[in-house]
Amino acid sequence: MSIDLNAHPRLSPGCRMNEKTQQPRTLLMPERALRLHGPSLEIVERCDGKRSVQQIIAELQELYSKAEPTKVEQDILGYLALLQKERALDFEP
Amino acid sequence: MTSTSANDPLALIAELTHRCPLHCVYCSNPLALTQRTTELSTADWSRVFQEAAALGVLQADFTGGEPLTRPDILDLIRAARAAGLYVNLITSGMPLDESRLEALTQAGLDHFQLSFQGAREETAQEISGTKAHAQKLRVLEWLKHHRLAVTLNFVIHRRNLDQLPEMLALAESSSATRVEFAHVQYYGWAFANRDSLLPTREQLMQSVDFFKKSQERLTGKIRIEYVVPDYYAKYPKPCMGGWGRKLMLITPNGDALPCHAARVIPHLSFENVKDHSLQEIWESSEAFQKFRGESWMQDPCKTCDRRTQDFGGCRCQAFLLAADAAATDPVCSLAPQRPKVDAILATVAQASACAPTNISTESKPAWLYRPNPA
Ligand code: SF4
Ligand code: SF4
Repeated sequence: MSIDLNAHPRLSPGCRMNEKTQQPRTLLMPERALRLHGPSLEIVERCDGKRSVQQIIAELQELYSKAEPTKVEQDILGYLALLQKERALDFEP
Repeated sequence: MTSTSANDPLALIAELTHRCPLHCVYCSNPLALTQRTTELSTADWSRVFQEAAALGVLQADFTGGEPLTRPDILDLIRAARAAGLYVNLITSGMPLDESRLEALTQAGLDHFQLSFQGAREETAQEISGTKAHAQKLRVLEWLKHHRLAVTLNFVIHRRNLDQLPEMLALAESSSATRVEFAHVQYYGWAFANRDSLLPTREQLMQSVDFFKKSQERLTGKIRIEYVVPDYYAKYPKPCMGGWGRKLMLITPNGDALPCHAARVIPHLSFENVKDHSLQEIWESSEAFQKFRGESWMQDPCKTCDRRTQDFGGCRCQAFLLAADAAATDPVCSLAPQRPKVDAILATVAQASACAPTNISTESKPAWLYRPNPA
């Protein structure tokens, strides 16, 4: 299962963030909840069906410009794969 | 981990009513069902949702009985969402039509869990004592047009274990992203019907193999979850994630229980949400404190390394099988009472050895159906 860099990830139906006012920020999904902070929150907030995986990578490389760019890319791909396995993402063309 | 102080609960199981158009032979409702006239009001439930969210609860599971028999179901969904909760609806899919489904979605429902009694009409009818299967198939079609998470719940047992591939095919043809195959757990009505429901070890092994292969094939498409019947396990399940650790169940009349079956334990009294706040109940009620932590444990649990993983298993099962709610769960291979479970399984093996193995030709058992409350 590999991630297509040109696909547009979007949270699947029934997977959503809690309200902005609720802390800690949490991704809610069927029978699961993931607390998000730092990079994981930055990634999930960009899974809006409008940005491609490639774009998300570029934006986070800029945001975390002190980190090694290839490391940022690896981490993002790893995290997206995890969310895909949880069935929290749809990848739109 | 020896303290009895409370963590934050994660989910609130809201048994909105015990009324249900179905009569499943394994229903987890208690044998003594709550009457309609004593059900909590919309306002009571709304307050409970607010209190739950303040306690740290993230998800509300609307269940029953059949939650759709509550005429105020839309208000209840809105109230839970307004409190900041994620709303799961666990339903048999009736009474429901397409416009009501649309209204549920608009009200903010997050997750629709549709329960099935089998992949075929005749099995579903035998198990639920009702004609409901065709309606469920209609609901599956409607669900394709709504932005909701969809889970298909199959409760499996000896009488429908031969239908697993058909069940999974049904899920694959739907918009479900999740399928749960849960073996019957033997409490409530299922305990009464246990001898007709328990699968043989051979059936069980085949099913586990099927789930593993299907999980691999469908990764990223459908999440498949299965729960094996603990009578066949080596160690017990961490029942409810540990007593009073993660979950809180509110019965239709407002009693707060640590699990579905807790009422079977004698001399345990439960507080009601009309008299106490959820926080008081969670943190200090006798029922939640009773088996929280480890101080209640006996040998072999008391000194066992697994006690922080399975918390000594299920208290209700300990009572049902060993007549002592503080005993090690008798399904555990280390439990002094394990021979009782082995004896039950030997009876199942023997019965299937002398009876025809083909499930569909096996004669229909004398089921005890779950009735409707007054
Ligand atoms: S298990 Fe069957 S009878 Fe019990 S509440 Fe669910 S659908 Fe109704
Ligand atoms: S002895 Fe108790 S703690 Fe150890 S595995 Fe069995 S049930 Fe779990």
